[in-house]
Amino acid sequence: MSTVDMGMPILIVDDYKTMLRIIRNLLKQLGFNNVDEATDGSAALQKLRDKDYHLVISDWNMEPMSGMQLLTEVRADTKLKELPFIMITAESKTENVIAAKEAGVSNYIVKPFNAATLKTKLSAVLGNF
Amino acid sequence: MAVAAVKEKIAAQLKVLQKADGSVDPEELVAIVESIVDSVQGDLSADGLKVYADIEALALYINTARAEIADLRPDDINDEHIPAATDELTAIVGSTEQATNTIFEAVESIEGLTDKMPPEVAEQISLAVTSIFEACGFQDITGQRITKVVTALQKVEEKVDALLHAFGDDIKRSERPKEPEKKTTTPSGAPARPDEDLLNGPQMPEAAISQDDIDALFG
Repeated sequence: MSTVDMGMPILIVDDYKTMLRIIRNLLKQLGFNNVDEATDGSAALQKLRDKDYHLVISDWNMEPMSGMQLLTEVRADTKLKELPFIMITAESKTENVIAAKEAGVSNYIVKPFNAATLKTKLSAVLGNF
Repeated sequence: MAVAAVKEKIAAQLKVLQKADGSVDPEELVAIVESIVDSVQGDLSADGLKVYADIEALALYINTARAEIADLRPDDINDEHIPAATDELTAIVGSTEQATNTIFEAVESIEGLTDKMPPEVAEQISLAVTSIFEACGFQDITGQRITKVVTALQKVEEKVDALLHAFGDDIKRSERPKEPEKKTTTPSGAPARPDEDLLNGPQMPEAAISQDDIDALFG
């Protein structure tokens, strides 16, 4: 039986509206319907401080604040530091993954990705659902 | 002649010129320059003359290269080619984004109908819809790749700009009329594409005319 709250608030962050729509639709198909959006790290950080999210799914390459900067801010914030944080990005060099891991990312998905990969990574972070 | 002596001679001769009423006789000036050159040449060793000849050859080479670069019209790269390429690439991103959103609208409508379908059909539709969502990720990836290309073009633009600056403003277009581009011809000399001048490809949205405008032309 799933222990995951499918109504948990999730924040998705990407500067490409198309990608936000893809992630939102895939999350919806997986059963997650409580999804908010932000288009860069600074807007996301504000939302995270205003509302109690249970998961962040963020792109890396955004301006003015990147996903990596957002992750660093989140991990440095006493209230947010335990927040599950998944990076979905086209940055696919080993050094990127290592840097994100060292910064405290919960999991890392390389674009292009599919629904099965997203489900696997969500299960790894949140538990099976 | 020693350097100090040459300097002294030049100073004396220039002083003679300064005493005049402000006008300078070109012949007098040429005579002074020639006498200085003669003085210097007299002091040059064989090695010195060789260096002088090499420097002269180098100067000639630089001037030739400079003329050839000017003929290539490098200012066109920054004025026309790179801006045009950047605009086209940006238009590609806009078009694919628009098309992707249209696909999303259609697919979300289809997905919304699955409640009214038999469960087995709805499941198949749902799987197909998921595949379409996944495939639409191309827009994000291609967008990022094109952005990288645009950044690379901007770097090329900077380098060309530096080159133009180094060679001076006189190699820019304003100095010479632009030559018409050569057209491809068949072996008989006839134009390979008589309509070549009309082949402009897709227009930027702001430059294109609408179907209504076209219809209006047909009365």
